[in-house]
Amino acid sequence: MADLEYKVIVGLEIHVQLCTKSKMFCGCAVEFGAEPNSRVCPVCLGMPGVLPVMNKKAFEYAVMVGLALNCRIPMFTKWDRKSYYYPDLPKNYQISQYDLPLSENGYIEIPLESGQTKRIGIIRAHLEEDAGKNLHATGNFSQVDLNRTGTPLLEIVTEPDMNSGAEVRALAVELQRMVRFLGVSEADMQKGHMRFEPNINLIITRGDGEFRTPITEVKNLNSFRALERSVNYEEARQLDEFIETGKVMEMGNKTTRGWDDEKEVTVLQREKEEAHDYRYFPEPDLVPVELTSQWLEEIQSRLCELPLKKQMRYVSEYGLSDYDAGVLTAERSTADFFDRTVKAGGEPKRVCNLLTQTGLKITKEKNCSIDDLPVTPKSLAILATMVEDDTVSAGSATTIFEAMTQTEKEPQVLAEELNLIQKSDAGELEQIVDSVLAENPQAVEDVTGGGKKEKKARGFLLGQVMQKTKGQANPKVVSEILAKKLS
Amino acid sequence: MAQKIDQKQVRKVAKLSRLDLSEDEVQEFTGQLGAIIEYVEKMNELDTDNVEPLAHCLPVSNVFREDSVRESIGTDKALANAPDRDDSFFKVPKILDDGSGA
Amino acid sequence: MEELTALELKDEISAGKISSREATRAVFERIKKFEPTIGAFISTHEERALESAADIDRRIAAGELVGPLAGVPVAVKDNMCTTFGATTCASKILENFHAPYNATVVEKLLAADAVIIGKANMDEFAMGSSTENSGLKKTVNPWDISRVPGGSSGGATAAVAAGLCFAALGSDTGGSIRQPASFCGVVGLKPTYGRVSRYGLVAYGSSLDQIGPVTRTVADTALLLNVIAGHDPADSTSVDETKAPVSDYLQNLDTPIDKLKIAIVPQFNAGADEQIQKALTEALGIYEKLGAQIIEVEMPHLDYAIAAYYIIATAEASSNLARYDGVHYGHRTENPRDYIEVYTKSRAEAFGQEVKRRIMLGTYALSSGYYDAYYLKALKVRNLIRGDFISAFEKCDCVMMPVAPTTAFKIGEKVNDPLQMYLSDIYTISVNLAGIPGISIPCGMDDKGLPIGLQIMAPAFAEEKLLRVARMYEAQTQWHTKKPPMIDK
Repeated sequence: MADLEYKVIVGLEIHVQLCTKSKMFCGCAVEFGAEPNSRVCPVCLGMPGVLPVMNKKAFEYAVMVGLALNCRIPMFTKWDRKSYYYPDLPKNYQISQYDLPLSENGYIEIPLESGQTKRIGIIRAHLEEDAGKNLHATGNFSQVDLNRTGTPLLEIVTEPDMNSGAEVRALAVELQRMVRFLGVSEADMQKGHMRFEPNINLIITRGDGEFRTPITEVKNLNSFRALERSVNYEEARQLDEFIETGKVMEMGNKTTRGWDDEKEVTVLQREKEEAHDYRYFPEPDLVPVELTSQWLEEIQSRLCELPLKKQMRYVSEYGLSDYDAGVLTAERSTADFFDRTVKAGGEPKRVCNLLTQTGLKITKEKNCSIDDLPVTPKSLAILATMVEDDTVSAGSATTIFEAMTQTEKEPQVLAEELNLIQKSDAGELEQIVDSVLAENPQAVEDVTGGGKKEKKARGFLLGQVMQKTKGQANPKVVSEILAKKLS
Repeated sequence: MAQKIDQKQVRKVAKLSRLDLSEDEVQEFTGQLGAIIEYVEKMNELDTDNVEPLAHCLPVSNVFREDSVRESIGTDKALANAPDRDDSFFKVPKILDDGSGA
Repeated sequence: MEELTALELKDEISAGKISSREATRAVFERIKKFEPTIGAFISTHEERALESAADIDRRIAAGELVGPLAGVPVAVKDNMCTTFGATTCASKILENFHAPYNATVVEKLLAADAVIIGKANMDEFAMGSSTENSGLKKTVNPWDISRVPGGSSGGATAAVAAGLCFAALGSDTGGSIRQPASFCGVVGLKPTYGRVSRYGLVAYGSSLDQIGPVTRTVADTALLLNVIAGHDPADSTSVDETKAPVSDYLQNLDTPIDKLKIAIVPQFNAGADEQIQKALTEALGIYEKLGAQIIEVEMPHLDYAIAAYYIIATAEASSNLARYDGVHYGHRTENPRDYIEVYTKSRAEAFGQEVKRRIMLGTYALSSGYYDAYYLKALKVRNLIRGDFISAFEKCDCVMMPVAPTTAFKIGEKVNDPLQMYLSDIYTISVNLAGIPGISIPCGMDDKGLPIGLQIMAPAFAEEKLLRVARMYEAQTQWHTKKPPMIDK
């Protein structure tokens, strides 16, 4: 067998459900898990005579994502009908965008494990309506629930710039973080808010030339894990297939495979006799959208600092670890809280520790966000400063922070109430040290004598001082005083 | 008579249109559609190279609605005209393939 | 009472001289007498109508304010959704469809206190020019029951001509109000695209469809238009009233247009029957006597209107009718073997031949490889046609031409040659492509006693002027007072 090298090429098609209150073309509520066919009206049911009216917020959310993806936003965009028959698509056409989408030619940076970033091209992002759900009940029939029909969906298509399952996963995770940050989607995989379809093939280089395997599209991926594994599986499968059959990419030989999560394999779906002819044409019931530079600027102003950029800034500006920066920027509410606390005067590393070690632990227990706690950025900044200036120990700060989440008291008040104010006054502490030394001559002897007992004795004396001060002595200062007195 | 459209094409179009045509219908439609298509090609007499397509008569753009929720019509009304239902669902014969286009 | 116009009836009812119940009962008497022959309605709603009428009478007697159509019995073409009765579009596929909502125009009629007495027959899904394509019923022309009433709003025009209602609403995609109005000797207006809401009108050609009044007089048309015109937030294609304000179309109706300039297209008119051309010439003569100036214009692209229309309308229709699939509403085939058969057999069983033909044509025009040659080309031709009107209107106030090349033809005469049927739309179709308003008013009779219509076209949103021009002619003539012989007896 000839030596061969190969590279896996992946492009991703992503559907993101936007978190508007109402559907794209009618006032029905966008709601997951409602009783079947209870969030519907004549418009989204596709009844005779109905007409669509565009949800302005859905459009603006879509433009926000386009901007965040560094896309070109054309001043004129229009709507088209995409025709196909399926029971979850009541009109048997989907209102979408074909030749003049609302954004195109952009890119997204994704973080790689090496700590570097990679740029993935975005071909386009456009708006369309979601279909309903077909459920396959037991027996010879299927059930159709149209609650989801008409939900605003953003379709994003990337360039085939990814070269591993890990990169694909990184893109998916970053995109999820981004849309959540922008506040345009909950992006909850469990609720189907984000759906992925990778298109995968290999470029194989061998002695006798360069070959491309046929493209496979994979469907039915419900988690990031499945996404990554399906790419890895396909990589191996396509290589094997090429070695065995030599089949290369040709016009029309793209196949669709479904992911089997249990067996962790892709399965060829029933071959369709012919490719879909979607018969796109301009949607006559909707008028085009013409953006003005003023409107676009206004939408642009609603963008926030994007999470990856923010994460990298935390590392470069504040010296936080990449890991910690990642934790802080996993959710916008946390990052915002962090920013506001730092702005209010909190030392970044200290604030970071408090949030990552205590704050997020509490929010996880309570299943809420940091905003839901009765702690203000200002108070947290004060607490951070109290640790910085030794008013309280780092350990005490944890206790105080927890107390702050349960009461609405300020940190200084709580520190006093809980007797956590560190005594750092050298003069005061010296007196206490003196009395402890006086009361424990054996320990003093053990220290000055040196040898095996010295370390333990020092610890014991320190402990005694801490006891006398009810734990409030600043251990650093006490150790210094003891060292001085016992030298 | 040179046919503008042949039976094979007519069958293909019937399939795209989800119409189950009888053999007689296929034959009849092939002739009729052929005549109509031939007539319609009259448009080629016009030079339209520098003409913009007119999809919308009205010079209107930017028609939107606010993102506010309106009450839905309720499951019973939604299913009132359903040819077959299973509790709160529309019921169809089992869908075996993933025929979705999305 | 049957002699009264809708406007007159409304005045009498409001003044308490006639009750709406009386008028409604009288209408149903006539329906009992003539409807078995004419077949104008797919459904009538006597009990409900009498109840509405009684309620309106009560409110009038109590001195309450009532709407501008108070108590007037009207009909609505059966492609406009009503929550009462079925909305069938004259198709087996919707024979038992009960809409859970009213079309906006229906809501407006009800708010105006009109009494809706029934749903009028039509060509199936508005596809046709004779009402012969109805999948549910046959309608004949009251002037000669061996002839068609025209289409697709044939039921509405036959009903108004026979006095089975005082006014009606029809829909017009390629001439479907104007042509049957001319065949039945009544007034029919297609408003400017976007003037009237399409919400609740079962779509056929979405960029062409408009709802319009069918009445016996121009004043009645103005009255109806006042009620139905206006922006609808549920219809993205209905025009914003700040851009095109709705006038009171009755207000200045009887004020003639001074120095009226009328354009005609002589070469184009040559395709109509001699008697129709003669009637047109006579009508123009009357306008000239009133001080109008007739000028000749060229509109070189009108010859291509039928070709462009039958691509655009069928393309849109093929998509609009995709939803009739037997899944969520409408007819479903018995014992489908799989879900695909639910589609293919339900549609094959319940759609008529003309509907299938147009769906196929439209699907073909949009399909891969053909889009540019047919659909895109048609949209460009459409632009050229609109351009013809724009240049014509620079020189004139309105354009006049025949409504149809013939008067009402015999039942069965054109059913076997679809293309021939399409070619009879030649005069009306360009109006829909250009999106401008057009009206048909009675202007004569041929030697068989069949009505002839005069078509007047005006610039977009110029209905106020259009109706005044129409009224100028009507005030000088008696054609609109003539009744079909079978009714007159």
